[in-house]
Amino acid sequence: MRRGTGFGIAIAGVLAATATAVALPAAAQEKLKIGFITTLSGPQGVIGKHMKDSLDLAMEHLGGKVGGLETEVVIGDDQQKPDVGLDVANKMLKSDRVQFVTGVIWSNVLMAIVGPVTRETFLLSSNAGPSPLAGKECHENFFAVSWQNDQTPEAMGKYMSEAGVSDVYAIAPNYQAGKDMLTGFKRTFKGKVVEEMYVKLGQQDYQTELTQVRAANPKAVFVFLPGGMGINFLKQYEQAGLRQQFPLYNVYTTDGTTLPAVKEAALGVRSTQTWVATLANPVNRRYVEDFRKKFNYIPSFYGAQTYDTFMLLDAALKKAGGKISDKKAIREALRTVEAPNTRGSLKFNTNHFPIQNFYLQEVVQDTEGNFTLQVKGVVFSAHGDAYAKDCKMAP
Amino acid sequence: MIGDRRRLDWTLLVLFAGVPGAALALDEPYLLDLFARVLIFAIAAVSLDLILGYGGLVSFGHAAFLGIGGYAVGMLYQHDLGSGFLQFPVAVLVSGVAALAIGWVSLRTGGLYFIMITLAFAQMLYYLGISLKVYGGDDGMRARRSEFFAPIDLNDQTQFYYLALAVLALSLWLGRRLVNSRFGLALQGARSNERRLRVLGVPVFRYRLTAFVIAGALCGLAGALFANLNEYASPSTMHWTRSGELIVMVILGGVGTLTGPVLGALAFVLLESYLSEALEALASGFGQHWQVVFGPLLVAVALFARGGLVGLLRPGRGE
Amino acid sequence: MVQTFNGLQLGVMLFLMAAGLTLVLGIMDFVNLAHGSLLMVGAYVASTITGWTGSFLLGLAAALPAAFLAGVLLEVAVLRHFYDRGHLEQVLATFGLILFFNEAVRLIWGPAALFFDPPSALRGQVEILPGAPYPAFRLAIIVVGLAVALALYLVIARTRVGMRIRAGASNRDIAQALGLDIGRLFAVVFGAGAALAGLAGVILGPITNVEPGMGDPVLILAFVVIIIGGIGSVRGAFAAALLVGLVDTLGRAFLPILLRLVLNPSNADAAGPALASMLIYLLMAAILFFRPHGLFPARTG
Repeated sequence: MRRGTGFGIAIAGVLAATATAVALPAAAQEKLKIGFITTLSGPQGVIGKHMKDSLDLAMEHLGGKVGGLETEVVIGDDQQKPDVGLDVANKMLKSDRVQFVTGVIWSNVLMAIVGPVTRETFLLSSNAGPSPLAGKECHENFFAVSWQNDQTPEAMGKYMSEAGVSDVYAIAPNYQAGKDMLTGFKRTFKGKVVEEMYVKLGQQDYQTELTQVRAANPKAVFVFLPGGMGINFLKQYEQAGLRQQFPLYNVYTTDGTTLPAVKEAALGVRSTQTWVATLANPVNRRYVEDFRKKFNYIPSFYGAQTYDTFMLLDAALKKAGGKISDKKAIREALRTVEAPNTRGSLKFNTNHFPIQNFYLQEVVQDTEGNFTLQVKGVVFSAHGDAYAKDCKMAP
Repeated sequence: MIGDRRRLDWTLLVLFAGVPGAALALDEPYLLDLFARVLIFAIAAVSLDLILGYGGLVSFGHAAFLGIGGYAVGMLYQHDLGSGFLQFPVAVLVSGVAALAIGWVSLRTGGLYFIMITLAFAQMLYYLGISLKVYGGDDGMRARRSEFFAPIDLNDQTQFYYLALAVLALSLWLGRRLVNSRFGLALQGARSNERRLRVLGVPVFRYRLTAFVIAGALCGLAGALFANLNEYASPSTMHWTRSGELIVMVILGGVGTLTGPVLGALAFVLLESYLSEALEALASGFGQHWQVVFGPLLVAVALFARGGLVGLLRPGRGE
Repeated sequence: MVQTFNGLQLGVMLFLMAAGLTLVLGIMDFVNLAHGSLLMVGAYVASTITGWTGSFLLGLAAALPAAFLAGVLLEVAVLRHFYDRGHLEQVLATFGLILFFNEAVRLIWGPAALFFDPPSALRGQVEILPGAPYPAFRLAIIVVGLAVALALYLVIARTRVGMRIRAGASNRDIAQALGLDIGRLFAVVFGAGAALAGLAGVILGPITNVEPGMGDPVLILAFVVIIIGGIGSVRGAFAAALLVGLVDTLGRAFLPILLRLVLNPSNADAAGPALASMLIYLLMAAILFFRPHGLFPARTG
């Protein structure tokens, strides 16, 4: 009996400690709280670092106040797992009581949290933009400040058609975003796709696929292999001597997070993107210069989109008169406000996905020896996505 | 000894039952989510303890059943079959059948081979989940809470929590009955001396298979609850690291005690949730590196806490 | 045909990992999940040294002793205390070590992936068949892997140390009763296994990126190899490594194409890659079903 009681006290202690641990942050109210979900631990933590650094810079530029309000940003690590992301989101909503949830790199994490978050409050994706949320499952509280998955490859498809490229071998990972990317590519690409190869998500060695590419003897290769997958692929593409033989085009593969590792193996490779570090608009110049000064590396699109998310929030809250509780006014403001952004153009479509420019970019080596991306032209201006017509949201 | 453990069980259950009240009093609804997770993992860990602790069968693929249960709920919901009266039995049945098939093959091997073959099956199911494009592939699929008749409404987080608690209580009761039955004693006997039991005419293979199926079905039930909690089912639930985490919970709490895994799940979930915050408070920016501390902690548990947390709380119990 | 070479290359890669692991398992009955971390240590050290000096060979020369030392240190500091424990505690402890190593590497080197080049002499292509060029570095991997396998075979089959290892692997109790110093033998085997894992890391570095957790997928495959080959059998590990390498590579290359013959293309495209990933696990389950102790069981008692 005594043991039982002692044990009970121990458990009660744990419970009480937990309760106070969670209870403390909730004590102070009446200020703006923003949840920011990203991936900090694990192999993809480098993307999270790019995003978090940009968030810090945005807060510095805003003087620590978003929309003129006292602001606290709660950062959560989803470990790239949907159920962990969901727990993080729940904790933000119910314990920290954030009024906005932002960030989110991965479409599977986004799909897991979108229901519970939009039921309570606003969700602003700084990266993932899966097709279901742009069409049938769109929601008035969900905004993609990034893009819709299909759009960027659509731009690539258009550019390649115009350049007269045909007989393309396409490679993407076997998951929703990978399929969205190839769907988008085929929507605008007029030439022939000789083969669509889906690889395992997170695959490291591509020698098997590269051998298949050589055997198929295409005129060009198009890939979507984000993060570490891209680093591996680009290195091996170079090692296999394919770069000279088959010109490589991509989306989300040569970017600010992968180029420092890939270096010259990606020189001259072309891709499309909504943002490039060398875009000459004043907001972007300030962002890139201050970022490089503060963190000593070149930012990536993940970071720029994070920065834009916070600039949008700031502008929308100011327009709505700083009243956090007025959801309707804030929604209207998010939809219509002209916020400063790093991309040169950004407006929301009826489904709360952006209408924006898509640029062609190329990997170059700058004067300091860094490998980075340079704008080569505009492929689409003010381009919307293909799913907006399926979205039945009251305007 | 047995009475002592029962008392522990009851203490735990009563304390768990107090969580919704505490959450309300503290105005902290998140506690309900957190502890619902604890309860669900506790059920899964208890089911694993049945085969791991009492049968000596180290399954490194137990999360597969968590996934199967979840997929049963998710897939039925995708076909507009949202009734809990359908979803829960199907989840239990399908995981039981899967356990029968997996066990029938795996139990022919032993020791390390068994560890690896169960892992292999879990990996197969994981990749199968990814290949099911209609059901979201790698992205998983959304589901809603299962529907029952009024006044039962699982959308009410408190009701859902008590359902999970009831299932945990039931699993503990069932587990105790099982391990103290002749069947359970034979199972434990086979762990230490398989040959002798064979000689005595005990059908060891059939007993183990039965235990494996019960454990799989119970874990499938936990999986159905997990999909309900998350309103979401995905292959990531079946990833091998999740199976590893279940093993960690069982060992952390105390192998072969049934109560231990419940404590293990509690400790694991709380550590996962709060260790990074605690470290962040100690040194800014260090929170994301919580695994540097968590890893050695596991080593220490393996090294010093022979009986797990249960052993620490009740030092009289040696191995 | 070229795909066969790819399979061979993956196979010898896996063999380097599996050889050390299978002996540790066979002799000491010890499950070391942290073996993949030693691969990571090798890759990181090689990458750092190569980055400083610009010489791949110096990187290699530094990485092998580093992995060896890390292995011995790990053995003395932690693993040694777990020999008389059950598999369960070993799994728990080494699972904890994986978490520790992955995060420690992130603390020291940062989260970004590192990258280093193969030696300049091996950067080109070699024509293995008319019209089928093959990366020289990958060809070198196959050669090195086969050489290591041959050397291991000679050591184990022809030397005194090898005889002891065989004795220890087939029946530990009897070997010990005959006066074999199992403790010392094990330290040697563990260090050698760690160095082989380090070698695997150095080889893997220029192909894939050097990042936290890079050893874990390889580790799982290496375990599959060991189980298929039979615990404690280097010969089995070699055969199984080649088998797994070939099945995985050929499956990935040709299964989607085969599936298109029976399914409609969109379903085949979705199912093909996933089924290809399942293939080696299917192979393992099938082999264990017919031979519960692997292809070449080493243990007799």
